[in-house]
Amino acid sequence: MSLRSPLGRVLGTGSAKDGTAHWWAQRVSAVALVPLCVWFVWSLSGLSLRDHARVVAWLATPLNALLMMFLVAVAAYHAFLGTCVVCEDYVPSHAARVFWLVSLRFLYLITSGAAVLAVLRVALGNV
Amino acid sequence: MPDRARPLSPHLQIYRWQMGNSLSIMHRLSGVFLALGLLALCYWLMSIAGGAAAYAAAMEALVSPLGLLVLCGWIFAFFFHLLNGIRHLFWDAGRGFEAADRRISGWLVIVGSVAFSVGVCACLLYAGAVR
Repeated sequence: MSLRSPLGRVLGTGSAKDGTAHWWAQRVSAVALVPLCVWFVWSLSGLSLRDHARVVAWLATPLNALLMMFLVAVAAYHAFLGTCVVCEDYVPSHAARVFWLVSLRFLYLITSGAAVLAVLRVALGNV
Repeated sequence: MPDRARPLSPHLQIYRWQMGNSLSIMHRLSGVFLALGLLALCYWLMSIAGGAAAYAAAMEALVSPLGLLVLCGWIFAFFFHLLNGIRHLFWDAGRGFEAADRRISGWLVIVGSVAFSVGVCACLLYAGAVR
């Protein structure tokens, strides 16, 4: 039997710090990633990857550009959620844990933002 | 959590090694490894936008022996995490918890991820997809 109130649990006042939002975000992003991953593997399998012009032509298609931006954004979000849990579980010192949790936010924002910008440049014909 | 020694609950060394915990550990490891792969994917996309020379340099790094080794690792981690993730989603929906179901789905993940990744790696290495 738990002595915690349901409200306190959902508001995240206990040692777990948050309610079910993290769990849901991880599952929803996982479900979204399944078709995106299938599309990604399927697309790359039919592409001659050494030919820059063909890769550009493939990525410049509106549908491909959109799906690639979704893939990068959702994968970054999913990886952010997952690696944060790994840090929370395995980094024992509080200061180091906060450092990693903040660094991961910046890392994913910067890299996925740069990748989305790169896809936009290709899609808008600036390559 | 205060930074002082606290009593710990029994951990990995206490329990018998079996498929369930192996796949669970593999799921975490492959997830962390794939997070690094995501950074490589971002670099690859940036190299496409960077022009033919930048793309050629990125592909050169990718098809170097070390690059191919890491790439094959990412391909296996990708299929393993994808298939085992689908297994987890079934559990989240409350299905497949019986011992027989867990064993079957576990073996499906193992066989499926090895088969898919060997197939894709073979295509990359021998069919010349990256050459």
